[in-house]
Order: sequence, then structure tokens, then C-alpha cells
Amino acid sequence: MSFLAYVRSLGAKIFRHSQIADEMGEELRSHIQFRADDLEHSGLDRAEAERRARIEFGGYERYREESHEALGGNFIETFQQDAHFALRSLRKSPGFVMVAVLTLAMAIGANAVVFSLLNGLILRPLNVPQAKSLYMVERGEDEESPMQSYPDYIDLRDRSRSFSGLVAYDIDTAGVDTGGNPSSAWLYEASGNYFDELGIQPYLGRFFHASDERGPNSAPYIVLGYDYWRSHFQADRAVVDRTILVNKHPYTILGVAPPGFRGTELFFTPDFWVPLVDQGQIAGSSDLNARGTRGTWLVGHLKPGVTPAQAIADLNSIAMYLVKTYPKDDDRISFKLARPGLVGDMLGRPVRAFLTGLTLLAGLILLAACANLGSLFTARAADHSREIALRLALGSSRRRIVRQMLTEAVLVSLAGGVAGLIGAIVLLRWLSRWQPMANLPINSLPVNPDLSVYGMALLLALASGLLFGMVPIRQVLRANPWQIVKSGSSGVVGRGLTIRDLLLVVQIAICAVLVTSSLVALRGLVQSLHSNFGFEPRNALLVATDLVMAGYSGERVPAMQRRMLDALEDIPGVSSAGLSDRLPLGVDWYEDVVFKDSTTDMKMSNAAAETVIYDVSPGYFRAAGTALLAGRTFTWHDDKNAPRVAVVNREFARKVFESETVAPGKYYKRMDGTRIQVVGLVEDGKHKTLAEDPKPAMFLPILQSPSSSTWLIVRSRRDPQELTVAVESTLRNLDAGLPFSIRTWNKQLDSALFASRIATISLGVLGGLGAMLAVTGIFGMAAYSVSKRLRELGIRVALGAQRKEVLQAALGRAFKLLACGSAAGLLLGLLATKVLAFIVYQASPSDPLVLAGVVLAMSFLGLLATWIPAQRALSVDPLILLRDE
Amino acid sequence: MTDQAQLLPGTLDLLILKAVSLGPLHGYGILLRIGQISGQALLIEQGALYPALFRLVRQGLLKANWGVSENNRRAKFYELTAAGRDRFREETEGWNRVATAMAVALAAQSEEI
Repeated sequence: MSFLAYVRSLGAKIFRHSQIADEMGEELRSHIQFRADDLEHSGLDRAEAERRARIEFGGYERYREESHEALGGNFIETFQQDAHFALRSLRKSPGFVMVAVLTLAMAIGANAVVFSLLNGLILRPLNVPQAKSLYMVERGEDEESPMQSYPDYIDLRDRSRSFSGLVAYDIDTAGVDTGGNPSSAWLYEASGNYFDELGIQPYLGRFFHASDERGPNSAPYIVLGYDYWRSHFQADRAVVDRTILVNKHPYTILGVAPPGFRGTELFFTPDFWVPLVDQGQIAGSSDLNARGTRGTWLVGHLKPGVTPAQAIADLNSIAMYLVKTYPKDDDRISFKLARPGLVGDMLGRPVRAFLTGLTLLAGLILLAACANLGSLFTARAADHSREIALRLALGSSRRRIVRQMLTEAVLVSLAGGVAGLIGAIVLLRWLSRWQPMANLPINSLPVNPDLSVYGMALLLALASGLLFGMVPIRQVLRANPWQIVKSGSSGVVGRGLTIRDLLLVVQIAICAVLVTSSLVALRGLVQSLHSNFGFEPRNALLVATDLVMAGYSGERVPAMQRRMLDALEDIPGVSSAGLSDRLPLGVDWYEDVVFKDSTTDMKMSNAAAETVIYDVSPGYFRAAGTALLAGRTFTWHDDKNAPRVAVVNREFARKVFESETVAPGKYYKRMDGTRIQVVGLVEDGKHKTLAEDPKPAMFLPILQSPSSSTWLIVRSRRDPQELTVAVESTLRNLDAGLPFSIRTWNKQLDSALFASRIATISLGVLGGLGAMLAVTGIFGMAAYSVSKRLRELGIRVALGAQRKEVLQAALGRAFKLLACGSAAGLLLGLLATKVLAFIVYQASPSDPLVLAGVVLAMSFLGLLATWIPAQRALSVDPLILLRDE
Repeated sequence: MTDQAQLLPGTLDLLILKAVSLGPLHGYGILLRIGQISGQALLIEQGALYPALFRLVRQGLLKANWGVSENNRRAKFYELTAAGRDRFREETEGWNRVATAMAVALAAQSEEI
């Protein structure tokens, strides 16, 4: 019977088992009645007739059993027998079971983790009604970005006919004071129609609506997120209509969002929502009227029957109107649609690409694991060939033996699957609680495993069990029992290069690639910690705060900033203190274009450079450790009444003035036509990512370019913890209501190192998996070849072969394959590091340390994998072997 | 009992196919029919019929339906499928060839060699 038919009949049997048993009983009983009828006709009384009929029928139970068997066997009983036997025989080889279960656990665990990520980030739609028709509106073509300006949003919302409604939102922080300790919280600034358009119902109280928007700062309402309500308001139902202070402004709590709704971005779960019209109070400044300032994200449901293509056409007809009406701000604007949830395509595209790659890799790993287990099981079948031959000779059917072997494989794979799943769940629990960047609310990766993950893992386990369980079957089916019983396990191993060998070489190569790349990544990470950032993160403490949160505005902001700096510099042991509105390598970098002094038409296309911008205090450069190369830094006299000045870096000077040396004293222009004079030149550094090429940067004096967003940098050789206490009390003395957080600059850099760290970790994990697979692969192959040639090795030993020769005979092939695979892998790995260079700082493949590391790692793996088979080959006792025959 | 022959292995299936080829029958009817057409010469233990019947059903050579017998008892009636008819023809030819060959072989005299 074909294998598929077998499975089908098994499945059918489980469900129809009792029905079939009933029917069969009825049929046999009816037979006995027929016979009794006949006997009764021949003159017996009924009772005697029935008794005779039963006797004539023969062993009722036995025939019922046999009938069951004839219908495909009594599945459950046979399975129990098979499972029992399998467990008994597996218990005899714990090493084999451990290797097999561990291999599968890793492979299936990896697949379960990757699948949950895929499930949580891509497959599962946002938790809003009719998520299928929800799209994000992005700007398209040459300036792809999900960011839109508020005035453009109003035009799109009112003019578009394809959406049932468009909502706008962005992410921000605010200081929250509920009457006790002020703290900062993450929030969505959302358009009034946000909840109504998305179709979300309040868990408690009510939401704000479009009708609440009556101009800037007109809607002092907030809606709490469910988790925030539980953690910060102790799930108090009386919280509705309470008033709390947000950035020192009174806001009324309208209600609580339902537990399942965690905002419209998977990575960013807000603590609460406020109306976007309150941007002035929340963010400290308002972009509601600035058509050229793009900071909000738009999503909306397509109307029923409207296709995405029609919607894009509709949006682009509005784009033409915008270009015509606002040529200065909306020059060349166009729109497209993207899936919502991952800031459109900005995060969506890399996340999707990354996960697709991971899925492929995980699949490959599982396949390789199956191949390895296949060869492990083949080796095992070869060891058991005499037993199998004996069973065949004694009349056991081949089908029964095959089923027995498959049961063994499936039991092992299920054990591996369960172990893998448990590991995956632990890892995922940790992942979903993980906060990779301390200063961002990425605290809620939606990757907790659900039913589909469990189901998928068990299905994979079952499928892979059947897959590798079938590998040795051909060998069993072809076996000639007489030959094997007569001569022991069949003699010669094939000398040609088999597919299995090739597979093994590929596996070893993959492993070597992974080991190479993880070593390169690790080296890169270590080096990047000691590279020149253009600032000195060591011995520096950072204070993050925003004066808007504490209710400061206008002239009080710079005054307070200066008071804070003066107070900090007075702390004993502090050598300097500085301030910037943004940090290099922070996540909130800000860029704008600048023009040469001679430019008169301020069009994007005429820009001289796009530059990163920082607004800094006079002490910043000393506190940050940024070296001044020429000219001067700022003083407190560079204020609103003084001429506009800037400090630029070397790359800026190269880009705008074509030469570094001439830069000090020269003028350039910004978008609004302001002329700025360069007064100082500083070194280049890292601004957006560690792996970037040098970027132009300009520093503006905080008094000429005020900002409430405040990073205080305190440079000191004192112990950070001691200093933290001192800084804290100093700032509390200045304003007890100011929310702030203190950490070392090195800690803050975690987010900048995030990408290369993740790359290093995942490469390390994959490298480990690859190593594991290579080990089991080589182990399976070596074990197989030793067990096949045990007799030959015994004879060699009997004839006086030395240990070295025995090893050569037993394992030479395994070592040859290992060498081939490692060499190929090393070469490929060196090529792959070119790709790595995009994320890993200074990934240099031709590093002798890396090369040596790879060779060492691969030799170690080879030794590990061949240790047990080698021991077995060496301990072969010719006498026992010969007697065994 | 001496006038009844033991069945050769494999012949029960052929006998069942033969019996059913003459018309749908329930299990007991098949036994009676085999007894009738073999002149009561072939012995089958009654219960042994059923594993064979189920095997033939599973191989798709027979199909079975519940019905009511002439004396009003519920019984399962078996009949040949198309595959069963083909198999019956092949097996009959095969059997005839073997039987003829056996007969010729056993009839051989020493002078004929």
C-alpha cells in the first residue's frame, strides 16, 4: 500500500474505529443467526441451534481481530505496541536520542521563533475592525516617506473620495503629573476622528471625536491605553473625568481604550492618546499650519469596492492640485499606499525582507536537520540490520517493520518538537518584554506565540519525523534477510560521491559561512566601541528632559537651560557641562538642506548639502569631547541680537565651501534665506548610524535657535552612580516638577549599536545552529561508516593495523568532507562579509584573527563530531566481532 | 470429514469471488454457495470467511451494502466490483493453467520422459 493511503486509512480508522467495530460485530452475529435458523429448520430447538452455530463459527474473538487486521489493522493497539517497542529500543541508545532530539529542538525552535515573528509582524493584521481595507498613505517616488504635513492631511481628508475617512497621528513624549512624581510618557497625537474612523469602542468612558477639534489646543482630553491605565492608575474605574497635568496643562481623562487595541503601529504602543490639535501644548511647538513640515502619519479604510489602484489615482489627482496650489512646499509631491503597522514601508520593507530571509534560513536549517537525522537513522538501521533481518525471516511483514521504524522517528521528532517549542516560548516571552532601546516605547513586540505557532511547530515536527524516518526505509526494504543473517551487515560502503556527501559538504560550508560572519560581526562590534564617533561617550553622563513637559515656554526655556548648566558645572568633580537638543547617533536626528551664499532661488534642487543639525550650548563641544579644529565655539553672547553663526564639521565645509581651510568666516544660507556665518570647524563624527560615510553637520547656538528638548551632557571622572545622585538633587533643587532621566552616554549608545548588535547576536545564534547541524551531520556520517565497516576494521586490527591506520580507514572520508566544506565556507564567508559591512562597523574579512578563529572553530567541531565514532573504531575487538558472526 | 479437502492457500479468495460472481450474497450465503458449487467438498471454517471478505473489500474487489435477507434478517450483501470481476477472470485463468499443468505433470508416465 502506498504510504499516503496508509496514512489516510489510519486517519479514517481513528475516527471510524468504533463504528466499524459495531458494524463488524453485527455482521458476525447475523451470520450466527442465519446458521442457527438453518439448524433450527433441521429440527433442533432454538437454544441448541444457536449454541451449535456459535461452535461451528469458530473462535469469534480471533476472527474479529483478524477481520480488524484485514481492514487495515487495529490502529490504536498496533500504535501502542509500536510506541512501546520504540521507547524500549530508544532507551538503549541515549546518546543517539539526545543528539537527535537536540538537533530537532534547535531546528524546530528556530522555526517556531521565526514563524511567530512573521505571524506577529506580517501575517496578523492590526487589531482594528476590517483591517484588510486599512492602508497607510505615503509620499511616493523620489522622496519616499510616510511623513505628511498636517495641512496636506486636511486636503487629503477632505478631497479624497476613495477613503471612508483618513486619520492622522504621530508619536511624541509628554510629562505627566497625576499629583505625585512627574514622569514622562509616550503618546499618540491623533486626529479627532481617530477612534471613530478605526471603529474602536471604548473599554471605559468615551473617546474624543472630530467635533471636539475647535482650533489649536482646544481639546484638553486624553484617552488612556489599557496597559497604562492598569500600571499607572491601578485599573481604577473612577479615573474617567479625572483631570491630570500633561506638560503642566490640565487634561481630562475621557476613557480607556480596549485591551486589544495597542495603537496603529506594531512597534509603538502609546500610553495614551491626545487630540492632534493640542500639538502646541504637547510638543511645545505646533506644525499644524506648516505645510512644509512633515511629521504625521496617515491611515484610512478604503471605501467598499474601491481598489488600491483607484485610491492611488485619486490621491495623485489631489497631489497635482497640491503641486499647483503650493509649489513652494509641495513641489513634486505624489502618493502611494502601504500596509499599515510598521510605519508604512519605512520599517515595513526592511522588516519584511529581514523576516523573509530568516524564514528561508530557518527552513534550510530544518531541512539540513532532517537530512542529518536521516543519516543518523540510517546508521542506526545499519546497526540493527541483523535484528531486522531476523524479524523478517521469522515472518514479520516489511510493512510492520517500516511502521515500527517510522514510529521511532516520529516519537523522536515529537520530543524534539516539544523541546524546541518550549525553548521558543521562553525566548519569545523574553522578546516580547524586551526593551532594546531605553528611550523608545518599543516594549511590546507582538510576538507572543499563539495557537497557530504551536500547531505549526507540531506539524513541522511530525512532518520532519516522517521525512527523516523514511530515509532508511529503502535500505530495509531492499535488505535480503538471508544474506544479512549469513554474513553480518552488508560489506562494502559506496566509494563514489553520494548525494548525502554533497549535502554534508554544503552543510559544513553553511556552518563555516555562519561562523565566519559571526566572528567578523563580533570583531566589528568590538572595534566599533573603540572607534572615533566625533564625541567621547566615556566619562559622560546624560540627562534627558524636555522643558515643555515642566510647563516652560518662551524666554523661560533658555533661562532655565542656562541655570541648569551653571548648577551642573558647580557640582564637584564635573569638568564641563553642555547641552544639545539632539544627540549624535540618537534616534531623533534632524536634517535640513543648506545653500551656498550665492544661491538666490531656494529650491530643493539647488541645495548645496543636506546636513544634520544640532542646537547646542557654548559648553557642548567641551562636554561632548568634540575637537575644535579651527575658529571658535559659541559663547552666551551668540544670542538673538548677535549675527547668526554656526560651527560646522569638515564634511560640511568640503560639501558647501569645497575646502576645509577656508570655511571659518564664510557665509551660507538656509531654506528661509537666513545668512549664517561659520565661526568654527570641528571634526567629523557619526551622526545617524555607525556604518555611515562622513555626513555634513552644523551646530547652531541654542540662544539663536531655541529648543525645549534638552540633553544635558555632564563630563566628569567621578563614579557615575555617585554623580547621578548629585545631578538628580541639583536638578530637583532647581525645579521639583521637572521630569527627567539620567544615564551614561555609553548606555544611551545602545540604541545606535542596536543594528550591529542584533546582527552579531542573530549571526551568533545561527552560527551556533549551523555548528550544531554540522556536528550531527558529520557525526551521523562517521557513525554510519564506522558501524558499516566494523568487521573490516576488526580484521585490520587483528592483522596488526596501528591506531592511526584504523582511524584513517574509519574517518578519513569524514575529515575530507569536513576540509572541503570548511574551505568553501570560509571563502563564501569572506564574500558575505562585504554584505555585512552595511550594518557592522568596519567589517574587515581579511582579519587574520577571524581566519584563525574560523579554522580553529571548524577543527574543533570536526573533533567533537568524530570523537564517539573514533572511540568506537579504536575500541573494536576483533575477537568479539569474529565470534559474533 | 475425509471426503472434504483442505483449501490450498490463496484459494479461498478465488472461491469467494466465484460465489459472489453468481449474484450478491451475504456472508453466510457465500458459505452455502461455496458448499453447493463444490459439492460440499471444500471445507471452510465459518469464521475464517470474514477476514478474507474484509480483505477483498479493502482491496476494492468486493463492495458491501446492508440489506434484508429473504427471511427478514438484516445482513451485509457482497457483490463484485469491476476490479473484482477482472481479478476473478485473471485468477480463474491462472488457476486453470496451474491445474492443467499439475494434472499433466502428475499424469506423466516413466516412458514419456
